[in-house]
Formats: sequence, structure tokens, C-alpha cells
Amino acid sequence: MNNIQLFNTDVSRRAFLGRAGLGTMGLASLLQAADRPQIDKWPGVLAQLHHKPKIKRVIHLCMAGGASHLETLDYKPKLREMHGKPMPKSITEGQPIAQLQGKRNNLTCLGPQHDFEKFGKSGQHICKLFPHIGSVADELAIIRSMTTDAINHDPAHTLMNTGTTISGRPSMGSWMLYGLGSETENLPGYCVLISRGGGQDQPVAARQWHAGFLPSRFQGVQLRGKGNPVLYVKRPDGVDVNRQRDVVDAVQQLNQLQDAEVNDPEITTRISQYEMAFRMQMSVPELVDISKEPKQVLDLYGAKPGDGSFASNCLLARRLAERGVRFIQLYHRGWDHHGNIKGAMQTSAKLVDQGCAALIKDLKRTGLWDDTLILWGGEFGRTPMAQGSGRDHHIKGFSSWFAGGGIKGGTSYGATDDFGYNAVKDIVHVNDLHATILHLMGIDHEKLTYQFQGRDFRLTDVHGKVLKPILA
Amino acid sequence: MIEQRGLRVYDFGVQHKALIMMKTTRWFFLSLILPVANALAEEALPATVDYNRDIKPILSNNCYACHGPDAKQVKGGLRLDSFKSATSELKSGERAIVPKDLAESALVYRITAEDVDERMPPADSIKKLTARQKELLKRWVAQGGEYAKHWAYVAPKKAVAPKAVQKGFTQNDIDQFVLAQMKVKGFTPAKAADKRSLIRRLSFDLTGLPPTWAQVQAFVNDKSPDAYGKLVDRLLASKHYGERMAVYWLDMVRYADTIGYHSDNHETKPLYREYVINAFNDNKPFDQFTREQIAGDLLKDRTGTQLIASGYNRLNMNTREGGAQPKEYTAKYLADRVRNASTVWMASTLGCSECHDHKFDPFTSKDFYSFGAFFADLQETPVGAQKATKVPLPRDEKKLGAIEADIVVLAKQLEGTDVSTGQAKWEASQKAAAANSVALSPWHRIGPFAAPNFDQAHAKSFVNEAAVDLKKTHGKLKWAEAKNLADGKVHALTGANSAHYFYRTIQSGSVRPLELSLGSDDSFRIWLNGKLVADKKIGRGVAPDQDKVKVNLVAGENKLLLKVANGGGPSGFYFKAQQVTLPGAVVTALKIEGAKRTPAQKAVIAAHYRTLAPELATLRQKISTKNAEKTAAINANSTSLVSVSMAKPRMVRVLARGNWLDDTGEIVQPAVPGYLKLGKVPEGRASRMNLANWIIARDNPLTARVMVNRLWAMFHGRGLAMPLDDFGSQGTPPTHPALLDWLAVEFMDKGWDVKHMVKLMVTSGTYQQTSIASKAGMETDPYNFWLARQGRWRLEAEMVRDNALAVSGLLVKTIGGPSVKPYQPAGYWAHLNFPKRSWKADAGDALYRRGMYTYLCRTFMHPSLAAFDAPSREECTVERVRSNTPQQALVLLNDPTYVETARIFAERILHESGKDVETRIAFAYQQALHRNPNAKELILLTALAAKHLKQYQADAPAAAAVLKVGAKPADTKLDKAELAAWTSIARVVLNLHENITRN
Repeated sequence: MNNIQLFNTDVSRRAFLGRAGLGTMGLASLLQAADRPQIDKWPGVLAQLHHKPKIKRVIHLCMAGGASHLETLDYKPKLREMHGKPMPKSITEGQPIAQLQGKRNNLTCLGPQHDFEKFGKSGQHICKLFPHIGSVADELAIIRSMTTDAINHDPAHTLMNTGTTISGRPSMGSWMLYGLGSETENLPGYCVLISRGGGQDQPVAARQWHAGFLPSRFQGVQLRGKGNPVLYVKRPDGVDVNRQRDVVDAVQQLNQLQDAEVNDPEITTRISQYEMAFRMQMSVPELVDISKEPKQVLDLYGAKPGDGSFASNCLLARRLAERGVRFIQLYHRGWDHHGNIKGAMQTSAKLVDQGCAALIKDLKRTGLWDDTLILWGGEFGRTPMAQGSGRDHHIKGFSSWFAGGGIKGGTSYGATDDFGYNAVKDIVHVNDLHATILHLMGIDHEKLTYQFQGRDFRLTDVHGKVLKPILA
Repeated sequence: MIEQRGLRVYDFGVQHKALIMMKTTRWFFLSLILPVANALAEEALPATVDYNRDIKPILSNNCYACHGPDAKQVKGGLRLDSFKSATSELKSGERAIVPKDLAESALVYRITAEDVDERMPPADSIKKLTARQKELLKRWVAQGGEYAKHWAYVAPKKAVAPKAVQKGFTQNDIDQFVLAQMKVKGFTPAKAADKRSLIRRLSFDLTGLPPTWAQVQAFVNDKSPDAYGKLVDRLLASKHYGERMAVYWLDMVRYADTIGYHSDNHETKPLYREYVINAFNDNKPFDQFTREQIAGDLLKDRTGTQLIASGYNRLNMNTREGGAQPKEYTAKYLADRVRNASTVWMASTLGCSECHDHKFDPFTSKDFYSFGAFFADLQETPVGAQKATKVPLPRDEKKLGAIEADIVVLAKQLEGTDVSTGQAKWEASQKAAAANSVALSPWHRIGPFAAPNFDQAHAKSFVNEAAVDLKKTHGKLKWAEAKNLADGKVHALTGANSAHYFYRTIQSGSVRPLELSLGSDDSFRIWLNGKLVADKKIGRGVAPDQDKVKVNLVAGENKLLLKVANGGGPSGFYFKAQQVTLPGAVVTALKIEGAKRTPAQKAVIAAHYRTLAPELATLRQKISTKNAEKTAAINANSTSLVSVSMAKPRMVRVLARGNWLDDTGEIVQPAVPGYLKLGKVPEGRASRMNLANWIIARDNPLTARVMVNRLWAMFHGRGLAMPLDDFGSQGTPPTHPALLDWLAVEFMDKGWDVKHMVKLMVTSGTYQQTSIASKAGMETDPYNFWLARQGRWRLEAEMVRDNALAVSGLLVKTIGGPSVKPYQPAGYWAHLNFPKRSWKADAGDALYRRGMYTYLCRTFMHPSLAAFDAPSREECTVERVRSNTPQQALVLLNDPTYVETARIFAERILHESGKDVETRIAFAYQQALHRNPNAKELILLTALAAKHLKQYQADAPAAAAVLKVGAKPADTKLDKAELAAWTSIARVVLNLHENITRN
């Protein structure tokens, strides 16, 4: 059955009618703050979690374009020895290949373009381009055996976000809001931030944070670096906050009068949504203004207010986490390194390295660490074979890391072969990532479902296993 | 009321539960999310259990995943989807169902087992049977456990409408069905809606636009008995009817302006959108509408319009991403088309069978691919820009027709002119030339022979050049015939420092010279009859006619050998023999003496002569001018993406688990799903036309039902069967099966007449009821299953926009044409790439067109429309979500479109009403809400108007700023503060829930 829409309607009604409020107000006077309606807060479809949760929120640092695992997290000395030599056909034959299709019979190895180093007490191998991430190596659970099904960006992102390559399914943030609701009344429960630099910009479709067949209240809302931080959040010119309040109050009161006439529960919801919208007009500008952060915090991230950088977005991610946002997604669109991977990796790494590490340190500082999960990774990896001076898309083996609440820091999980081509040990599919994230949130991934076109859909489709070895 | 908000509550059980809970708590919705195992033992069980209504939904929802039609997933050898399998003996010796024997039926034991390990569904699944469901299953087994064919697969029959009539309610047959059902369920119809509500409702439902206040007044004052009928006719005849219907259709067929994947580039097809609008306006019969879209290109003597309609098959998303594999995307497009066509016309989730046999419905994976094979003849670019076609519109066809008629007349004149004298002379002059002509065999080729350097490549003899032996092999290289190396064309060769040889014979009737024209990259040598006759060592790129070589032929067979050698880089050659240019057939005919020629040979000569006869030169010139006109006219046609059928369709295989890399699956031919085979299978390969005809076949049980059910949903907020896109096992059987069938058969009986069906529905008493629910009605039938009132729901995204523009007077009502770009927040497209682009808002009228013409970028839908649940048209959308979110409030409050609209509306208020504040408020209410404000509303808005007037009078810059929002300049004759204050009032009215509600 389809509870959600029912719920959708009536929770707000309860919230609203539970108060004496509007029924008795003086019509000629505008509303007093205390009389204003409460926000309709979605409490989540799961009245009870399936088990004790470890985390309350997720920050997904998405390296859009497909960061090379061979220059980030997967140390392959053998590949260096093979540099310039033909890639063994036994490995590549019959495998999907993207832009290198035409050169199928003439594939050569491209050795790692940057050195690796052992970091932390755990001694995890991480590319030297990421000294900051290296400095928190003991917090990371690195997965070096990721696989995915789609070799092109668009479907691969769709899979990474929705568990399938077919468009129209809800993204993971939407599933989490649907299941758990949000802890904030003043901000959307699922926020997306995007930055760029370091490679040809990957297009990122709004589909990636779409609610699919779930109601659109569970959709992600993009916070923009430039222009209005949230679309249409800015009041019209010439309408100050009081006049806007007057307009909203009048709408609320007239709607309430109408409700008495026609007894339409949608009106109550509407009133609640207008209240939320009004609050967003106040809370969003406050949220995105990082200029009041202490200097040492800005320096920790390397963020400059208003620069729209990944570093600033990391700082915003912490601010969103503080305010109770359930799912926070940061895209950095700079990893599609088909050419000049050596130089481009330096640029991209520099743009994200400090911010990632700073976020971890800052979450610890602010006490959010234990109930926040960070997931870092791209939609796929890159070939050990050269594409000129770069690398092509690769789906059979790549790397990601988890950090935060419930995660066993300083661990490595899974491995690829000597070339970094095939994941060979403890293979992890995207669906397994999703199962693990839901598990940490106290959700059995097989039990959070929604019926659409007659079928019970879930984030993990018909797959997914929880990665127990990386859990604390 | 609640049920009309697009709720998709399919399970009648829910409703029954809700019913009871409602009596104890008004927060019954909350209770619904708790486990419902104990719910509703109170609900009386039907005396006779109906398999389709009572049992199939339980089995399908709870058991089929492991015991259903998907043969590969069957657990314990048990299938519960047919009587035969359910009653067969299992390996364990048990039988799931022993008819009428509860004790022996394993199913009964399993569903009631105390032991968790024995119980079904298993404890670790999310499925759980309610007490009532268990009782139903038991009663069913006790009554014999009989199966029935799924309701939607049994052809509809038209029953006589029940004799239920109520004065003031019953208008037509529909009401008799509805009333009969109400009586069974204990309901009575609601009173009829008042006339102002009716016209508002009907205007939105039929045109997507609000009525004007004058239209409301005219209707209210029209006391004639057929006032309502006249109104329906007027709205059905409105050009905006087609627009309103088209929006729904375009959602289903996923019409958009961009390709959808990755770079999401622009793709042109507004002519298809216009086709859909016109089809509804012209009331094109639905069967023809179907045929034209699926197979319009295959229709005999098809028109340009029908070709445009076939663009339906090209509306799927496609990619241009570098590195995308054609084979993978070809498979994706096939799957997309199957999902779409099966949902649009059959409400079937055939798409689920891409990877496995369907778990709930009788579709196999093979059915999926066989259905997809219908579309395998479509020419398309798997990865890259799709090729649009020049398509004549009706006006172009008229013009072309005239030109073609002229050409026919001229051709007849040409044919009719006697040229025998001239021809005789010409024949005499050509005889000698014909006798002298030569015949060249096709080429044989061998190569490339590798050499250490260019010098050797050119000079070394890799074959015996003096005496070519075509049978001799040279290492791995062999001579091979190469018919594709046509003369007079440049051919590419491969290999650096290498040589190729080309050999052919030349038959000559006499000793004669022959001039050869050559091109080469790089050098060449020529031997004639074993002797080197030309040797040119040169480094160059190839082009036609770079060198002329004259050779002397002997009578009879001559042997010609050409060698082309390449140094580095690209290589290639060109060859042509200069000789008489008569066509072969003419030469052959001319060589024969006049009297001995066959009639065919005579005709060949005569026809050829007419192409060059000097006495016909003027006529020929006229024809060629006309032909040029024709080409120009065709080139001037608009382009659209349409279906182009290939003679050799792509091969389609069953892809195991949907894996496009797997080449081992069975090869399939186009075929409709096995369980729905109708009539005779066509001979030879079935075409899209066969598919279309099958879809609209009289005995197809789905199509008519599916369509009338969707029309019903447009006018009642929900279908008689839900969901609208799944008539399979997982859907809910119709609430009014007899009515649904009656409507389906009526639809077909009346020639698939859509307007007829719409009119029937909206003139029914059922439609004309008030949408205000009684308290009792809300409690006993919260979802309005039994239709004892109308529904109310938020306007659709485009209507929200159109309504605001119409109320303010800004709306530009032009129909059709390319998409337009109204305001969109700057930088919204910043994350698109390949190429980077930005949205440039249009100017003038294009800013104020209806929402359906807003440029639809699939990956970045216009945020103002997206906020109101306009789908991104990536996949088929049959039912839009109807959400209620803060983003909607932000759009209506702050989007410049709505601020500008409010300002222009305020100008109307000030110009068209009066000086008095209350008159002005009344005017605003009449225009937007089609009613007068009540006393409380007047008090509230009067206070606000006064307050803001005072504020804006004191703050001139703020007033000026409000008036500057939007492209349309403010009326300078009006007082700025007053206009700004009334803009506030207009904003309030346009933001009201009532203003965006269809009631």
C-alpha cells in the first residue's frame, strides 16, 4: 500500500489543527509570531528502525567524471613496471571499453603517474597528491574493489545514486528522507552542492538528486554557489521581509478561511509549506554565509567566502550537518581525465584534498563525527591502459572510502589485480555501498520499499550486501 | 478531497481499514503505517469469493515473487499462478491446494502455521498476510480454489446500464452504473455543483485555462435547459482543448526538446507536438492516432503529417557521449521503446521482463525482446546526433503537388512529340562509336606488399608483372575480385611503404587507342598485355584525373595491370577509362541491326535519344526547371525526427539478464506477447503496422479500457482501475468493472471517438456533482472510490502558469511552434556541458506562452514547472505526482513570472474595476477565483492594501523596484505606490490555494 501520500496529508493537518492558532485570530490584524502555523515535518515512513542506527546523516563527496583509482587510492607497482608495454589481451578481451574501443587490439599499460606513500599508523597506501587525506588515513576505510555496471558517465551516476541505470528511480538521499525524515524544519532535508575544476567539466543532471517516483518533497535541493543559493528563495525587489511576511500571512489566513468552507486537507498542508518556505528565505542566506566562521576554520578548509569552491562546499556540508540535514551531496566535476592525467590529477587533487580532510577534522571538533558518515568516490574508475596521456572510463575495479560513525578507521577492504583492472578480492558493487549506508542508518535495505507500478522497489534493486568488515 | 490529490491507493483493504480506524481516531492515516496484521477482521467476507477481486491481488502481492510466473525463481517447485500448478503434487508429496479441503491444502496450513519456520510468507520477507487475507484464502479454497483469467485480459463486454435512476443526478448511462454501485455501498450522490464551480472546473478540465468572468456570468445567466451542453460543446471546439489533451499525451510519450543523456543536446521535433495538438482538436479517431504514431511512415500514400506522427518512435532519450558503445545504447533504446509502447497503449509493465520473466504477469523475457524487434527496422544513430528528415507540412504538400502535376504534363508532351527523323540520323552517327566501344571487367586486387622503403615499394616486382597469375598466392596474400572498386571514384588504401596491384581485362572490338585517367597516392605503374607502358614515381595525395595515359588496345582481350605504391601516411587511387559515354544497354542495342532489334531494345534507344534530342531541348529545360523547383520546395520543408524504416532490420536477441554483451541469446522476430495472441499471425516478418493494428484490434482487451480509464482520471482525479499504468496482476481491479467495460466498448463502437467519450463523461451527473465532501462522505469513503462527489486537486504545473498569465491578461494564446524560453534563474544550466550553454530568455510574446511550450531540457527541467511536478519526460509518465512543497510556495512568491503577472493583474484591477477598495478586491476575486469575496476576506485584504499603500507611499524606491520586475514596463499613468500596493494584493490572490485548485 501507499502510505506515504496519506501521511503526507495528515501529519500537517495534525501539526496545524493541534494548535488554537488561526481559527480565533483577529482578521484585521496580521498574525503574531506565536499564532503562525507549525511546520509539517515528515517523520519518516519507518515508525521503528530495523536495528540500532550508528549514524544520523550522510555526506557524499562525489568525484564526478570518475577519479582514477590508480592515482588516488590503489597502489600498483607492477603496473609501473609494465608502463608502455602491451596490456595482456587475456584481461581485456570481451570486456566493455569506452573511448578506447577503436584501439582494442593495441592497448598499452600506463604506469601510475604519481607516487604513493604509506600514511598514518595504519600505513594505508595513498597517492602523495593527497597529503591532507593522508593525514587522516587512520579514519578511513578504503575500498579498493569497487565495481559498477555502466561505463558512461550518465548511467553510471544514475546507478551510483539510484541503484539502477534506468532513469526515474529515487536517489539515495530521497530514500533516506522517505525512510527517516529530516531533523530540520528550516532547510530541505537533502541538499546538493556542486563545484568544478581540474578537468573537463562533467555534466551533472538534476536527475541525480531527483525523488523519482517518490513524492517530490523528498527531492534533493541544490544550493548554488552563485546567484540565489536556493532557486526562488530571494524575495522580489521592493518587497522587504516584513512585506513578504504580510503577503504570506494574508495567504495563510485566507487559505484557513477557505479550509473552513471546503474541508480540504491539502489546504492545511499548503499552509505548512508556505511557513517552511518563508523560513527558508531566512535560514538559507544565513546558512550559506560562511564569512562569520572563525578564520582558523576557514583556513582549515582553505575556503574563501563566496568562492564556490569544493573547500567552501565542505565547510557548508558541516554547517548543513549541524542544522540537521539528512543527506548532503557534494559533486566535484573535475575528474574525467581522458588526457594529461599527470598534470590534471595534480590540479584536481589540490582542489579537493584539503577540504575532505578538513571536513573530517571539523566534524570531530564539532561533535558531529560519531553520527555522520562520509562516502568519497566517483561513479567509476579509470583504465590501467593509456588513452594517449590519459585514462579511459573503467568499471571493473576502482576505489572509494568511507569515514565517520560506525566505520572501522584505518582499514583496507578488497583489492584489484596487479594491473588495477579487475577487482579480484572481496568485490563490492554499488548496491553494496547503498546497503551499507542504509545499514548504518538503522535500515535493512531489503525492507525500505515503495510500491510503484505494482512492484516493491528499493534502493538496492534486487541486490546489495552489507560490508560488515569495514564496520566498527 | 484527499483521494483526489493523485493518491494512488490501490488496495481496497486499505480503504476498509481506514474506514474503521476513522471511527476511533481522526489520525487514522498515522495508524496506517503501523503493522496492519489485525486490521479489519470486522469487514464482512464476501459470501462468494471472487478470484480476480479478492484472491489474485493477495497471491500476486505476497506469493508470486517466489511462486509466480517467473519460471527461474520458483521455490520448492510450487507455482500459484494457475489452478493446474497450484493443485499438482509437489516433490514433498503435498498439494498447495486441494479444492474444498482445507485440511489437505498445504497453502492453508502454511499461511496459518504457528511455527515461524513453516509459515508463509517467510518471516524474513517484508510480506505479511492480514487476518482478513488469510480468511479470504481459506474461504476461496473451501469454495473450490478456482482461478479465473485476469480481468484485464478478458475482452470487455457492453452490459445494459442498470436501471438505477435518480432525478437531479442521472444524466446518462454512466450515472446508472455509478448509482447502482453507490446503492450497493450505501451512498447517495452529492448535490450538483453550483454553476460557477462547474464552468471553472470544466474550463480547466477541457482547455487547461480558466474561464473569464464574463463567461462565468453568461453561463450563470443562461437559464436554458441545454446551457451546460452548449458550454461543453463550446469548450470541446476550443483550440485550447487540443493543447490540454496534448500535455497529457506528451507526458506519456516523453516528448522533450533535448536528448536526455549526458550532454543533453537540443533535438528538434516541435512538429510532433503540433501533430498531437491538432489530432485532438480534429478529433482524430484514436485507432488512427495510434496507427499514425507507431507506423505512420509505413502507411500507403502516407502524408507528411503521418510521417511527422511516426516521430513517436524517436522520442526516446539518446546519447552523444564519447565512448558510449553503440551496441549498448541500441539495446537501451529497444528497451525504452518496449517500456513506452507497452505502458502507453496496454498499461502493461512489459519492461519488467528485460532481465527475467515477469514475476506477476504472463510476460516472458522472450516476449520483451520480440516486442522490441517490432522497432528494429528504425534507422537511428546509436551514439551521436540523430538525423532529422525533411517533412512536407500540408501547405508544402499542396505546393509540391502542383509542381508534380506540371511535371507530369510536361513529361507527357515530351513523350508525345514525334522525333523519329532526328533519331534515325542520330542512330546512324552513333553506330560506329558503338562498334568501337570497349568493355572492362571488374578489378582483381592484391596487397599490401610491404617493402623496407618507398623506393622498393615502387620498384620491386612483388608479382610476375609480365604475366599475371590470379591463382598464385604470395605469402598470406591472394588475388581477390573487387567489384566495389568502381571506376571514377577515389579509393583508399592502407599501409606505409607498401604496394597494391589491380588487374582487369579489357575487351575491344578493334585495334584502338584508349585514354586512361588516373590518380594515385603515391606512385603508379601500368602494364598492358605484360609490357610496362607507364611509370610515375611521385609522392602526393590522391585526386581524380591527376594523369592521363594513352594505351593501344589489340582487338579482343587486353590485360591491364596497375600498381600503386605508397611511402607514408594515407594512400589511395583513382581510375577511369575515357570512352563513349553511351549506357551499356544502348550500346548493345545499337550494335544490332535496326530490323533485328527486339521491341525492348528499340525502346531503350528511343528513350535514350529523347534525353538528348535537340528538338526536345526546350521541353527538357522546362522539366529540369520544374525539378529544381521541386527540390527547392522539398529543401524548404521543415525537419522533424521521424521513423525511417530500413530494409534490413537489426537482429534482435534475447539478452540474458539484460546483458548487452551476451551474444548467446535466442534470435527473435517481431511478435506480440504470447498470452495475447490475436487472430492470424502475418506472413513473413511482422511490421510496426502489424503491431499498431494488433494494438487497436477490436478484440484486444486492453487498449480501449486503458484509454477510457485515463480519460476518466482526467475528469475525476483517479481511474476506475488503478494505477493507470498497470492493468496487470499488481494493479487493483476496477471499482466499477461494468462501467469501465461499457465505456471501452462504447469507445470502439463509436469509432474510437475521443471527443464523444469526453462529452459523455463530462455531461454525466457523476461529473457535475459538487467537490465539497460531506463529513460523512469523507469518513466513509475518503478516497472517493464510489464517486458520491467530485474531486478537487491542485492544477497541473503548466496550468498553474497558464492560469496566472490568463488571469492577468498576459497570456499569449498562439498555438504550436517551436519551444520558447521564459525567465529562468541565471546559471541554472551551469552544470550542462558538451557544449557549455546558458539559457537566454526570449523577448516579447514568447515570454508569455503557455507552459507546454516552455523549452523542456530533460536533465534540467525548468525549475518553476518542475516544482509543480511536471515530469522530466525521460520515461513514460501516466500519472503525475501531485505534491505540495515549500518550493511551490517559493515559486509563486518569488519567481519573476509570478511577480510580473501579479503586477499586470494589479494594473487590470486598477483600470477595470473602480476606485473603491472593496470593488477592486471583488474584481480580483471574480477574475481569479470566479466568485465574490466574503466579508472576512474583504476585511483582511482591505487592511493589507491600506498598510502597503502607506508603506510604498513612504518608500518610493521600493515601489519603483516592485514595478520593475519582469520585461513588461509598468503603466506610467498609474500611481506607483498604489500599483505596488495592489501588486501585493494580486500576489496574495495568485498565491491562494484556491487559485491553483481545480474544484
